[in-house]
Amino acid sequence: MPPITFLEAIRQAMFEEMAADPRVVLIGEDVGVYGGAFKTSEGLLEKFGWERVIDTPISESAIVGAACGMSYLGLRPIAEMQFIDFIACCFNQLTNFIAKSHYLWNAPAPIVVRGPSGGGVHGGPFHSLNPEMYFLHTPGFKIVYPSTPYDAKGLLKSSIRDNNPVLFFEHKFLYRRIKEEIPTDDYAVPLGKAIVRREGRHLTILSYAAMMHVSLEAADALAKEGIDAEVIDLRTLMPLDEEAILASVRKTNKCLVVHEDTKTGGIAAEISAILFEKAFHDLDGPLVRVASLDTPVPYAPTLEEAFLPNAQKVFTAAKELARF
Amino acid sequence: MPVSETPARTEKLSRQQYLDLYYYMRLNREVEDTMTRLFRQNKIVGGLYASLGQEAISVGTAYALEKRDWMAPMIRNIGALLVKGVPPRDIFTQHMAKYTSPTKGKDGTSHFGDLENLHIVSPISMLGDLIPVMTGVAMAGRYLGQKIVAMTWIGDGGSSTGVFHEGLNLAASQKAALVLVLENNLWAYSTPVRRQVPLENLADRAKAYGISSYIVDGNDVVAVYTTAKEAVERARAGDGPILIEAKTFRRRGHAQHDPAEYVPKDQRAHWEKRDPISLYEEFLTREKLLDSKGKKEIENRISTLLEQDREFAENSPMPPPETAKEGVYCTGPECHDLQPKWERPIDELLPPKSSVEPVWNVDGFGRGVSSAGGIAPIHFGDVPVAAVAPEKDPAPVRIPAKPQTSPAKKSVAPKKPAKKAGR
Repeated sequence: MPPITFLEAIRQAMFEEMAADPRVVLIGEDVGVYGGAFKTSEGLLEKFGWERVIDTPISESAIVGAACGMSYLGLRPIAEMQFIDFIACCFNQLTNFIAKSHYLWNAPAPIVVRGPSGGGVHGGPFHSLNPEMYFLHTPGFKIVYPSTPYDAKGLLKSSIRDNNPVLFFEHKFLYRRIKEEIPTDDYAVPLGKAIVRREGRHLTILSYAAMMHVSLEAADALAKEGIDAEVIDLRTLMPLDEEAILASVRKTNKCLVVHEDTKTGGIAAEISAILFEKAFHDLDGPLVRVASLDTPVPYAPTLEEAFLPNAQKVFTAAKELARF
Repeated sequence: MPVSETPARTEKLSRQQYLDLYYYMRLNREVEDTMTRLFRQNKIVGGLYASLGQEAISVGTAYALEKRDWMAPMIRNIGALLVKGVPPRDIFTQHMAKYTSPTKGKDGTSHFGDLENLHIVSPISMLGDLIPVMTGVAMAGRYLGQKIVAMTWIGDGGSSTGVFHEGLNLAASQKAALVLVLENNLWAYSTPVRRQVPLENLADRAKAYGISSYIVDGNDVVAVYTTAKEAVERARAGDGPILIEAKTFRRRGHAQHDPAEYVPKDQRAHWEKRDPISLYEEFLTREKLLDSKGKKEIENRISTLLEQDREFAENSPMPPPETAKEGVYCTGPECHDLQPKWERPIDELLPPKSSVEPVWNVDGFGRGVSSAGGIAPIHFGDVPVAAVAPEKDPAPVRIPAKPQTSPAKKSVAPKKPAKKAGR
């Protein structure tokens, strides 16, 4: 099999799940006739018909609300946000209605809300968002943010099969930039499991999505300096694989978290608290955060570069941490 | 809008149906009266929201639904819950936050539902959210071949929310079998309807969605029921969503704590004289459908039931504290895996096969040919078409064009197409 893009992995996951299970439907803006703004649903309408591939008005609240209603009759809807930034438009429907549904009245809402997120493509302040932490703070969601085509396909399949609402973020910088050969058989990647992308002993770099690749690049540069970094891809932010994080930090005794989300209140802050609670005596240095600036995502390439973490910033921070 | 002070008799209802409507309205009011007493005894944990004077709407609309149909009430639609089959004990235990309540004390008031048996979706406090959810219910029902109708309610206040618009517009564009009952009780907390909406009739909102609407006297249970019945059957038959505006008045405050002194006295007096239960009793007596003996029997039946259920609720325990952390996620054996009830052949859907014709099919889409027969520009209209028209078919047509059934207009100027871009 030739290698496939991240984008194609998403399309294949939806296609295969819809082919295998008539409960799976797709609803969103321009997902049908147009095949999705990024062509992630190309060919699905022709194959599965308009009852299962549903083009909607520009109404994010109605999209996720209707997906939730469909799930109450036993369907497994996938709701697409054309850009994940627009998930803010349906914040109430997600956080008040859908997230609380099972806790309050025992009504599972097995829906997946997915869409292109993240910056680095000069999308500007309304097409570059990393919204994961808005929802991580809301009990009731699972939150998935893959970094490779293999994981994107396997995690999306697990998300569709999960009985809970899952927010599935697809970093658009990765859509066409990385390719990977993936198995032809039906595989799934379990939610809540991190993976060690590179083994090391001097310090742990925790990351996910596009920043995973930045971290690996930095780790290569660090290796040339004699610093052996372990790089862990979190893959799922909720549930967070605490076990994998703690195991690595107990080995390396130093931890650096790299995320593209803005710094204050990012996942690094949460991980920092977990390490203080559970691995205080294992730490030989401060927890270091490399994250985006606490600003909206700026448009100009020079500004966006200043805003985003990159391999150089990770390298510098890691080198500093290694001195402890 | 029917203007008669008492309902008119219609052949559409059997004697039993007339009496059922009476029973449920009385039950609705007695349940709320019982709860008012419990509230004054400090036995209701949170707020209490009354539907006094609006019982005919809850009961009359819900009575038009069949068992297979779905509903999502608002907080005041206790009568609708009762009609759908919720026992009064569930309403008492909910308000008293008991472990025996449908939500096991996780939420109060009418905030509970039942997916598997009664087909009730729980409301939340954010008004309007139920409209897209119930649109989804109707869409899923159609996909599964179930021929169900989804009904939900909104107030004059809630009709100004953004999601009211999003939901109703999606329902209209999907032709979903949704019946939306708009209870115009003239007050959104302390704000009168004229300060919320510059419309005499809120049913006029339906025009914006291209859907049908009705206006009905919300204090006339027979009018409400016959209107709702017609709407439900039309929605079931595929007419798309229908909006019913029921004109009424909220006789209590927003909740128990609110004396509603902002309501003009003459307005209150007018509506006090139009109590839906009194009006209906007059009608039933006049039509010889109910005598004092029959009335007494119904009252006894209700008081026995409510006495039992109130006792049950009062004697029920509060939820154990350790259950607070349970149930955020649906996991393990506790999670009921809801399976769809297919009422159409599944082989229509699996294995996958070529699509049903999309309803929005446009002749010539993507080929530079308009449905009106001319050349549709696929670029900005300020450049001559011939100058940029590709020599070959530019884009593969992914959807086979369906022949137009209606004659296309010849004189329509090609519209300037929107540029496809991120929003």
